[in-house]
Amino acid sequence: MIEGQVFPSVPAGTVTGNRGLVVEEPLLFEQGSVAGSGVDLPEPRDVPDGLGGFRRTTPIGLPGLSEPQVVRHYTRLSQKNYSIDAGFYPLGSCTMKYNPRLNEKLARLSGLGDLHPFQPISTVQGALEMMHSLAVWLMELTGMAGVAMSPAAGAHGELCGIMAIRAAQEAKGNPRKIILVPESAHGTNPASASLCGYSVVAIPATSEGRVDIAALKEKLSDEVAGIMLTNPNTCGLFERDVREIADLVHAAGAFFYMDGANFNALIGRVKVADLGVDAMHINLHKTFSTPHGGGGPGAGPTVLSPALVAFAPLPFVRKTKDAFELVETRAQAGEAAHPFGRMKGFHGQFGVMLRALAYAMSLGKDGLRQTSGDAVLNANYLLARLKDVLTAPFDGPCMHEALFDDGFLKDTGVTTLDFAKALIDEGYHPMTMYFPLVVHGALLMEPTESESKQTLDVFIDTVRGLAAKALAGDADFFHAAPRLTPRRRLDETLAARKPVLRWRPDVAD
Amino acid sequence: MRYLPLSADDRAEMLDAIGAASVEDLFCDIPADVRASGVFDLPDHQGEMAVEQAFSALAQKSLSPACAPTFLGAGAYRHHIPAAVDALIQRGEFLTSYTPYQPEISQGTLQALFEFQTQVCLLTGMEVANASMYDAATACAEAALMAARVTRRKAVLISGGVHPHYIDVIRTQLAFTGIACDRLAPDPLGIEDLLGRVSPDLACVVVQTPGFFGGLSDFSALAAQCHANGVLLVVAVAEPVSLGALKPPGEMGADIVVVDGSSLGMPLSFGGPGVGLFAVREKYVRNMPGRLVGQTVDVDGRRGWVLTLSTREQHIRREKATSNICTNSGLCALAFSIHVALLGDTGLAKLAEVNHAAAVALSRKLAAVKGVKIVGPAFFNEFAVMLPKPAAEVVEALAAKGILGGVPVSRFYPSFPELENLMLVAATETNSDADMDALVAALKEVLQ
Repeated sequence: MIEGQVFPSVPAGTVTGNRGLVVEEPLLFEQGSVAGSGVDLPEPRDVPDGLGGFRRTTPIGLPGLSEPQVVRHYTRLSQKNYSIDAGFYPLGSCTMKYNPRLNEKLARLSGLGDLHPFQPISTVQGALEMMHSLAVWLMELTGMAGVAMSPAAGAHGELCGIMAIRAAQEAKGNPRKIILVPESAHGTNPASASLCGYSVVAIPATSEGRVDIAALKEKLSDEVAGIMLTNPNTCGLFERDVREIADLVHAAGAFFYMDGANFNALIGRVKVADLGVDAMHINLHKTFSTPHGGGGPGAGPTVLSPALVAFAPLPFVRKTKDAFELVETRAQAGEAAHPFGRMKGFHGQFGVMLRALAYAMSLGKDGLRQTSGDAVLNANYLLARLKDVLTAPFDGPCMHEALFDDGFLKDTGVTTLDFAKALIDEGYHPMTMYFPLVVHGALLMEPTESESKQTLDVFIDTVRGLAAKALAGDADFFHAAPRLTPRRRLDETLAARKPVLRWRPDVAD
Repeated sequence: MRYLPLSADDRAEMLDAIGAASVEDLFCDIPADVRASGVFDLPDHQGEMAVEQAFSALAQKSLSPACAPTFLGAGAYRHHIPAAVDALIQRGEFLTSYTPYQPEISQGTLQALFEFQTQVCLLTGMEVANASMYDAATACAEAALMAARVTRRKAVLISGGVHPHYIDVIRTQLAFTGIACDRLAPDPLGIEDLLGRVSPDLACVVVQTPGFFGGLSDFSALAAQCHANGVLLVVAVAEPVSLGALKPPGEMGADIVVVDGSSLGMPLSFGGPGVGLFAVREKYVRNMPGRLVGQTVDVDGRRGWVLTLSTREQHIRREKATSNICTNSGLCALAFSIHVALLGDTGLAKLAEVNHAAAVALSRKLAAVKGVKIVGPAFFNEFAVMLPKPAAEVVEALAAKGILGGVPVSRFYPSFPELENLMLVAATETNSDADMDALVAALKEVLQ
């Protein structure tokens, strides 16, 4: 097949380069004149100027556009995005589940969404109660003693957990030097450990895709401060030996950080405290359905064991007999608490917490248990119905995501990337590719509980069809994909070699 | 349950295809004795109406600034948000998309972030900006870490005019890195001597304008002194509306500029989520933390955008990355960008004038109240007032009268008795003359 024979080549088809609903849209800076504005403001009060010599003397250089121009601009941009609302997003380790609209509505309620962070505490009791309620849900779902609510994202929660571990080790007299991280871990794990002054030592995986206990024993010493273990791991497998791992780590005087990125597989099924966990972040933007928003905002509350809870960062909410307090300073924290510091401005991702609580209350303990059941069922269904055409490196059952390697593409001339790009033309967001690093050319699929059997069946047929096409020797079809998207494959080498990171008048088309 | 599409029949068919007897069997790798079946002390699922009623009840337990004259600042400012902003960011294609790793189907987010980066450069007077950070406080910490990487030095000096939360987050994040952190005492009068403390040992000096206490500064001389000593100057801005009227930090010679973007496009939301803007000199771009969007072409030669320079980032560099950050604050950056797009050059300049004039008008009214003294030099839309009694008490008494009158400095600095009577007061375009008169009248009663 020659590119362009079957699918119309773009942009050749039209005068404008537009393709029906997908309209080319110039940059903001290529539209409008400086004089316009899309906001009508009141006139400033007539008072003497107090800015004097601090005044700006040059124009900012922003274009001035009317409201309809701005609305059309962003509407057209939005139409160039894939989204979970529009289609299936089997992006492994990212938990792209449905984002309930009720949560958006509640986050905008007057008396919640419009509160100022520094109102007197007596005027924000409802907000503090909301934060406290979510904290109670998270502690009960994990069985942990406390939770630091302020981390802004998963990686930020990791940092919080490792800082608490470091503070606890220092309190025992020696911060120690090493954090152990399995080689299958997310890149954020070693980066977070490094930010806390630790060197990172990798632990290899067994041929079953799990932590190699013998290697772990070898690496444990009195210089190890803790281990960071993703569980279920990034191969989508539960670490069966987790309690033995916890015991070994504790016996060495170290702490067990569990990366909770994959908590959606466990929610309502197991209390992680029973696994011997000392700290774990929970991605509210994964397990608790808050929107990813094209890359944030998220939130990463971090649950803590009794050994670490005293070191939780400021601020935190404390319930007294008849009110809620916000503990913002060490003086307020009291003598029993030894907060290691502050992770974030204000009081954390309040709006994200609110959406997460609404999600938890909507599903309840029964619904959350059903959620992990359906998420794991969907992943195993994909695994079962695809493992005869794709290659699965590890035996099932898997947890919430199914891992394949690129063995099935051997000698076809098609790579994992090509295969994924062909899926885009079929109307899907690709699975996670080339991660985890422990298998070759990984394809990691996480369907979540949000997908119907019908959606999965059509997807399975699509993947099987593409696999057959690859095996039939139609490599050119894959190399040319995607063909039907607003842009086709982009030159990332050019972007990195000659960075153009902002618009300037002289580099515009 | 409304969010779960599988039916009982579906589940049975799927288990059959898998060859498992029950869903429980799929969890067989979890040790049986820890599988906690039904032991959660939590309520069961609820309908949409019941959840909504519960949240409405929570909302009624707080005093909304929409129902009270509000003069609160201290790093978070109440502004009017055009309706179009929220309508656009709630489009599912923006709200429910992932980080734009697949550029062919993410050009909307990527182009919007490229425009955001450009707006941040223009507002700050800087050369390069990233696609946003969690918030200004964490961005300040990232700036300090970046300065240490660039200079290979192990000491940071922070002005007493910087927001105390920014200071605390910098200190926390540096605590375990071996980088020393020297912070000067809170400086309501703007009289600290930074110039005299710049030395060749420092990686950076961190300052803020308008300062935490409201005062304005021109850091041009400090920048020159820093550069003569190989030190980077980090300038924080807590109120981006000020950039519509004030000389931008880039023109003062800043090397890194951090801005709290949440004044524009985002509701206050009790302080989060917000967005941190982060801009640097071009020569430092490869030491920069966070996501970057760059322009390129596709195989048909058409202009498009991708995430770029990712060799700085954790998913490639792991423990050697410039930062552990994975997520940014994409949707908040979009909200900021849409609000700025709506304002345009003239709109932002005018918004800044309206804010400044409101604060000047309020300061004159408050200065006429017996016992109240305006503290410090020139300000933008926030200033400090010295009261004849503890500010925390005054603020509570005002709240009892339905007025959110200011932020007591003692909330941040409880161990500084000389700051006990100090209150921060902000005015924006949202404050009417009637609001201001209500505050003045209530303050007179409270101070009697």
